[in-house]
Amino acid sequence: MLPIGSAAPDFRLYSTPDQQYSIQDFSGRNLILAFYPADWSPVCGDQMSLYNEMLQLFRKQNAVLLGISVDSKWCHQAYTQSRNLHFPLLADFEPKGAVAKAYGAYDQKEGQCERALYVLDDSGIIRWHHLSPPSVNPGADGILDALGKINSKR
Amino acid sequence: MSKLKPPIGKQDHVRGNANAPVSLVEYGDFQCPHCGLAYPMVEEIVRELGHELRFAYRHFPLGTAHPMALSAAIASEAAGRQRKFWPMHHMIFENQDRLSAEALWEFGTVIGLDMDQFELDINDPALEEKVEADFESGVRSGVNGTPTFFINEIRYNGDHDKESILAALQKHKHHGSI
Repeated sequence: MLPIGSAAPDFRLYSTPDQQYSIQDFSGRNLILAFYPADWSPVCGDQMSLYNEMLQLFRKQNAVLLGISVDSKWCHQAYTQSRNLHFPLLADFEPKGAVAKAYGAYDQKEGQCERALYVLDDSGIIRWHHLSPPSVNPGADGILDALGKINSKR
Repeated sequence: MSKLKPPIGKQDHVRGNANAPVSLVEYGDFQCPHCGLAYPMVEEIVRELGHELRFAYRHFPLGTAHPMALSAAIASEAAGRQRKFWPMHHMIFENQDRLSAEALWEFGTVIGLDMDQFELDINDPALEEKVEADFESGVRSGVNGTPTFFINEIRYNGDHDKESILAALQKHKHHGSI
């Protein structure tokens, strides 16, 4: 994964068939990047559903959440509607996994993103990261701690 | 290692012995099927350990997946104001397959609540705030799904069967807090 204190590489990825996002779109906000293996994991309380319940807590910390996987924008659209998610899922689809690779969060063997978290401050500097085993939902305590530290410094 | 924040306090619904050598805290969602499956097992553990255990239940409603979870949590808190949190907690888990607004109302009647007071209380924003505070404490403690258990304030990562949880509780009982 990329070192703490380095600038986060920018990207431009689709979230829906007609919407793209880049890091610059969120300047002035802290940013949480949640790389995850795939849409449609078969459990309730999976990582993205958990984070969906936490958007208010993230907002209080001036933070925006983006999920990133190699699923396509069409797949994300269906998944977002199915789970009633209220944050963007980005499609690292073409070239496949390019952003995940730039962030050192790509599982070459499985051909999907690792379960990796980055927290960037409002200037796009990486302040915290965490890599979990693919089957372990990392929760959000580390994210909230990292955001608390960023916000206490100003 | 994920630690319970804050520790069990006066804001919690607690059963058993306040000075017990071991404590068990469950973060649960009244509409989560895994919590429904865990419920009879947790009840057996509470009964079997008796005065050797302090047990607390905190709310972790995943409202998008479980649209009745928040209402059920608030209803249990409203029952709690009439000192009937646990009877409502039991009623909800025992009838989880038919949770609805009407069912919560019926449960309140069955456990003998003052229903006028219940109606006032379920509309009190303070109860929703209490549930949200539980949720936030869970997130900060490293809860990543439901049910999540903490034994003596340390997150339990083992299997959710009775033998495994009992074994972990017994181990902590003998070694005390770590």
